[in-house]
Amino acid sequence: MSQTSMTSRTDGATTTTARVRATLARRHRGEAIFRGLGILAVVLALGFVAILFTTIISKGLPSFQQSRLHLEVFFDPAIIDEGPAPVHEPGQSDADFRAASLKWQRNLAMLNWNKIVEDAIRRAAPEGFDIDSRAALSIPETSERHMLREMFVQNPDLLGKTVEVSMLASANVDNWLKGTIDRSLGDAQQQLAAPARELADLFAENGTITRDFAWSLFFNVDSRAAPAAAGLAGAFMGSVYMMLIVIVLAVPIGVASAIYLEEFAPKSRLTDLIEVNINNLAAVPSIVFGLLGAAVFINTLHLPLSAPLAGGLVLTLMTLPTIIIATRAALKGVPPSLRQAALGMGASKTQMVFHHVLPVTFPSILTATIIGVAQALGETAPLLLIGMNAFVAAVPATPLDQATALPVQIYLWQGNENRNFFEARTSAAIMVLLALMIVLNAIAIFLRSRLEKRA
Amino acid sequence: MIAALLLVLLSLSYSVGWSKARAFASAGASGAKLHSRPQYHAARLALWTLVPALLVLVAWGVFGDLLSRNYILGLLPADIATQTGPALETAIQRVRSIASGYGVAGELADYEQPAGQALAQFNFIVMLVMLLAAAALGIAGLLFARARITPRLRARNQVEQVIGLLLLACSAVAILTTLGIVISLLTEALRFFSFVNPLDFFFGTVWQPGFATTGAGSSGGYGILPLLWGTVMVSTIAILVALPIGLMSAIWLNQYAPARIRALVKPVIEILAGIPTIVYGFFALVTVGPFLAGFGDLIGVDIRATSALTAGVVMGVMIIPFISSLSDDILNQVPRTLRDGAYGLGATQSETIRNVLLPAALPGIVGAFLLAVSRAIGETMIVVLAAGNAPILRANPFEPTSTVTVSIVNQLTGDTDFAGPQSLVAFALGLTLFAMTLVLNILALYIVRRFREQYE
Repeated sequence: MSQTSMTSRTDGATTTTARVRATLARRHRGEAIFRGLGILAVVLALGFVAILFTTIISKGLPSFQQSRLHLEVFFDPAIIDEGPAPVHEPGQSDADFRAASLKWQRNLAMLNWNKIVEDAIRRAAPEGFDIDSRAALSIPETSERHMLREMFVQNPDLLGKTVEVSMLASANVDNWLKGTIDRSLGDAQQQLAAPARELADLFAENGTITRDFAWSLFFNVDSRAAPAAAGLAGAFMGSVYMMLIVIVLAVPIGVASAIYLEEFAPKSRLTDLIEVNINNLAAVPSIVFGLLGAAVFINTLHLPLSAPLAGGLVLTLMTLPTIIIATRAALKGVPPSLRQAALGMGASKTQMVFHHVLPVTFPSILTATIIGVAQALGETAPLLLIGMNAFVAAVPATPLDQATALPVQIYLWQGNENRNFFEARTSAAIMVLLALMIVLNAIAIFLRSRLEKRA
Repeated sequence: MIAALLLVLLSLSYSVGWSKARAFASAGASGAKLHSRPQYHAARLALWTLVPALLVLVAWGVFGDLLSRNYILGLLPADIATQTGPALETAIQRVRSIASGYGVAGELADYEQPAGQALAQFNFIVMLVMLLAAAALGIAGLLFARARITPRLRARNQVEQVIGLLLLACSAVAILTTLGIVISLLTEALRFFSFVNPLDFFFGTVWQPGFATTGAGSSGGYGILPLLWGTVMVSTIAILVALPIGLMSAIWLNQYAPARIRALVKPVIEILAGIPTIVYGFFALVTVGPFLAGFGDLIGVDIRATSALTAGVVMGVMIIPFISSLSDDILNQVPRTLRDGAYGLGATQSETIRNVLLPAALPGIVGAFLLAVSRAIGETMIVVLAAGNAPILRANPFEPTSTVTVSIVNQLTGDTDFAGPQSLVAFALGLTLFAMTLVLNILALYIVRRFREQYE
């Protein structure tokens, strides 16, 4: 009896062990699969980061270099026959003088500057090279004749002189020389006429066209007619103005309301309401802030359309919750002993907060500010709704002037028809924007590690 | 000039307050003790001086323009002054230019030169009066408050009361913003609903706002359903991409990864959250879209480069860090004892995670999931660039689609004159979007908060 029970027990034990062994292998396999899935997920996520950055960088890098034309330009008196610039006579009102000089400039603009550019190109071309004027003029960017005119307006003494001028080559020449366009395509599909392509190659060989760093990308404003001259300066200034408005408004208001809520607010319906509100605001889609801006700032208060002022206000409202929440967290982290010591020494509550608690939280507030500003810097959608996607060909002088912003400029450029040229431009603009954000975030991280230890 | 006046008033009042309080303080040894320190008396005095002066200056800023305009109207000859519109505005502007000394181009009309001079004089006098009034009121405030300085005066409490009021006013900005959003969305949406029947809006299946004529009875083009469907489709794809990747990488980083790798990988993944969405949109347009289209050709499926799939996949990449960071936090909050108990029973690591950790963290993960959904619904630039903008009801994710946010942008870009339903509809769409994300966010916060309290 006991014998049989013993054997059955060992039988049971062996079958259990066998079963456990079998299941264990399965369980270990499951473990390996699960762990593999985890690694796969991480690799995928990292892969996305890597692909994103490599495509943007590899697409954008070429457009940091741009073809430039170096020509001997003769300011031909036979073409420029507009007489000397008007001078400010005594007794003449400012407005009259301005009208006169504007008239002079307008007359200058009517002259055939194309002819001057064309002559310069013919002179640079090899002896006997046959090129018609349309093809010749397709080599420099169209904006460059305005540049010559500006040169002359600034310095009318140039009349009859020959000067070396460096001009931007047109976007099509740039594409051709960089090989962005398939060179084997037939004549019909090429943007440039055959002699222009030939001359561009010749110029590239003899050094009339060189490839330089594309300073124009940084120092020019956007341009519709002259793609090669299009730059980021206007959008950059627009962004700077908006960020200044965000910093000037969002930080004091955000910090003050965080202080009120964290330190002074009585537990009441009102403060509960404010609290819920702030949490909600942090989660409202950015485009809804754009709608608010369009309805309130533009349509009711009649702030200027497309101006950094309205954009900055919208972004301020968006950034406020970030700063309030971060500041509150920082205030919460201040040890109670500090407060009690201050109160114990006879400080009032306001003194305790402003003299003792707030200074300790400065590093956190600073980093939160930078992170909030970086977020606002990249925001696009709300700005589209208040008209900041208007085409602006000037650097805004004040926050009330028309302007775009960096991300909006990216949006405008990605929609440009000249894809071959602007895909690279857009990537380059994205690189500028990302570089700015990385710098801002790096500053935030640096400040946090540097200041928080001391506090 | 104004700044100088204010600065003078400020320094004057501050130093007066300071010296008087100091006098009391030094006398304090013999007499009564000062309640507040001298700088509070000085600050109180500065407030009493600056606030009245500022009020005058603000009033001038608001009404000054109106005043000078009325004055100019009186200077103009009757035949011009009775005109309206641009002609009058130009006349006023010319007089102002002459008054400013800049002058105007062309011949001057008979009345313009004397009018300009008179205006210049008038402006000068008004400014002088205003500045004097501001200064006088400031000084009056100063004297009034100074007379009331006594050792017992609770100057600190008064100053602190003002500070407290300022702080409260700043916090009210958040409420004002919310109110502004709700009121502007509601009023404009109501105006839209006066053009278009709400039933047609919420249950219509055709979105063709460009073609509908204004007026009653022609509201066929304003059905929101295709847009909602597109939004749901894109968000679903985004979640299908982001949830497994985000959750699994959170689990791996939290449970398996060596500390050094975790410290390296986590910030890199979080970079994804900081990239501007316009960059994602461009990436989707030039890289992901063509890639998916090519991949579709390879396996024989017709995938369009701009489609719900493209937008959804890229948006999914964008929200990976939201899900992974939140899940990571929540996994951290599960008590160690729970895990140790499971290990003690002989469970493998993955079994512990699947059977103990995940169920315990489930509410938090649901919260993270909901937050990610609300992000996806409100996201704009990716879908504007990559979804193809085809507001048609269809189930195929490989075809172009459109979303609520895309339509808001389309209806409102470049046109902020809210006269017709074409632009007003953006506010009805915005209201819908706001309500959807609000409900999701409140739900998510509620779930996350409930869960947090469980282990305390």
